[in-house]
Amino acid sequence: MTMPYYASPEQLMRDKSEYARKGISRGRSVAVVTYADGVLFIAENPSSTLHKVGELYDRIGFAAVGRYSEFESLRVAGVRLADVRGYSYNRRDVTGRVIANAYAQTLGEVFTQQMKPFEVELCVAEVGETPETDQLYRLTFDGSVVDEPDFVVMGGQAEAVSANLREHFLPGMGLAEALRVGVQALSAVSPATSAGNGGPALLTAEQLEVAVLDRRRPKRAFRRITDAALRPLLDRQEDAAAVTGEEPHTAAHAPSTPQPGAPAGLGDPGAPDTGGTAGSGGEAPTT
Amino acid sequence: MSEYSAGRSGFTPAYLDRVGSSFTDFLAVAAPDLLPGRRPVPQIPVGNVTPHGTTIVSVTYDGGVLMGGDRRATMGNLISSRDIEKVYPADAWSVIGIAGAAGIAIEMVRLYQVELEHYEKIEGLTLSLDGKANRLAQMIRGNLGAALQGLAVVPLFAGFDLDAAPGAAPGRIFSYDVTGGNYEERGYSAVGSGSLFARNSLKKTWRPDLDGDAATRSLVEALYDAADDDSATGGPDPVRRLYPIVYRVDAEGAVRLGDDEIAAVATGIIDERSAADGQG
Repeated sequence: MTMPYYASPEQLMRDKSEYARKGISRGRSVAVVTYADGVLFIAENPSSTLHKVGELYDRIGFAAVGRYSEFESLRVAGVRLADVRGYSYNRRDVTGRVIANAYAQTLGEVFTQQMKPFEVELCVAEVGETPETDQLYRLTFDGSVVDEPDFVVMGGQAEAVSANLREHFLPGMGLAEALRVGVQALSAVSPATSAGNGGPALLTAEQLEVAVLDRRRPKRAFRRITDAALRPLLDRQEDAAAVTGEEPHTAAHAPSTPQPGAPAGLGDPGAPDTGGTAGSGGEAPTT
Repeated sequence: MSEYSAGRSGFTPAYLDRVGSSFTDFLAVAAPDLLPGRRPVPQIPVGNVTPHGTTIVSVTYDGGVLMGGDRRATMGNLISSRDIEKVYPADAWSVIGIAGAAGIAIEMVRLYQVELEHYEKIEGLTLSLDGKANRLAQMIRGNLGAALQGLAVVPLFAGFDLDAAPGAAPGRIFSYDVTGGNYEERGYSAVGSGSLFARNSLKKTWRPDLDGDAATRSLVEALYDAADDDSATGGPDPVRRLYPIVYRVDAEGAVRLGDDEIAAVATGIIDERSAADGQG
């Protein structure tokens, strides 16, 4: 015979929240920062295959922290919802709001009805035609959804990273500048840098997963900035910090132009797109 | 329809099941009414009441592959469209051209494009070229019932093989039959009502080591020859400034060649033919 017991709803919710919060705070942080040409995702993620950042649709990206298996299945659900809507209506009819709503409903349902809540925090980002129309939705484990301006930070020490970003963030930064501000904010709390247990002052390219939603790209705005393109961008940070005033955006993007022999779409915004697969399709054979 | 109003009630279990990377397989579970090939097949042949697309030609060249199609769609003895587009990019490194019942074909192309992109987003990898070709075969197979009632769709698929062995030609062409048979072609291929004439023309003008410009000319000339002898294939139309649609897929990806470029090639062919004592 099972023991009958009673726990007040308040107590239950509190326990679940605490459980979820603990799970999330163990993970490394992710910062989603708006910049002049779109939205920049920066995740501290030593794995190059288990992504925390992904493409949902043409103008919509996804970032998550917490338990990988849980946010991965949510990411897949988001891609499916976007593709089904885009296929049955039109590509323009897929919006970040619809996907954020579906996430909120699902997270809320799981939080109230299941024993174990999802230990995840999500961000759905959408780029518009202009910086004013960019949208960042932050979704928490209990299904609450917040529309945030400028930037979203999630994960382990979100508070500290947020405070740091709030100090250094400027609207309309170029890509290199936004990356510098974001990486510096993440590095300030990371256990992998000198702020933690020692190591380099800033996180290196191997420890970072970086991607952008670039509004200038014609169809699929999402593009990963992988090692070859990321390293020069990070290396310039010290110089960039020394230069007063903002560099022109074209210069900020210069390092991400395609490497010789690289397949199209890896950097040139005007080229036919490869979206989320940039760099993963393998080296194009030279002919 | 209720299945994909997920925005209102959260994701249904089908969305959260982590199985498979195929959009088509997912639709079969979540919204089967959206799939072609799942609908009742008409009991009588209906081939004459729907627009049909005609000739598609594809040729390889030293740097990749080209695919082109004429602009005509016919409905029985009528021309139902003079500016239909029958060649589409399937993804960044492949193109698909379609001959047959236009409505079903265009739906199939849309589904196929989403299928490839969906796989890419879920897996973070592009399908191999053979994988893409095989996937298309399965889609054609699902249409067999309708094909027997006059709504056949026969595609031609070509792409740049990123995994090609060094020394092997990177541009590859795959042709299909209505039962979903999938055949890799060597050098060039054509489908549709004018394909016989197009192929005969290519036999004379195409060579394995052609460069891009020469291959483009060879392709446009094949479409010209198809239009010359097949009433369902449209030739270059200088009056309305309508010229064949040609896509090129090389190491840089798939791009549509500009109308001006094709117009120049087509005009060159017309001039040359006109000079031949009125013999065509």
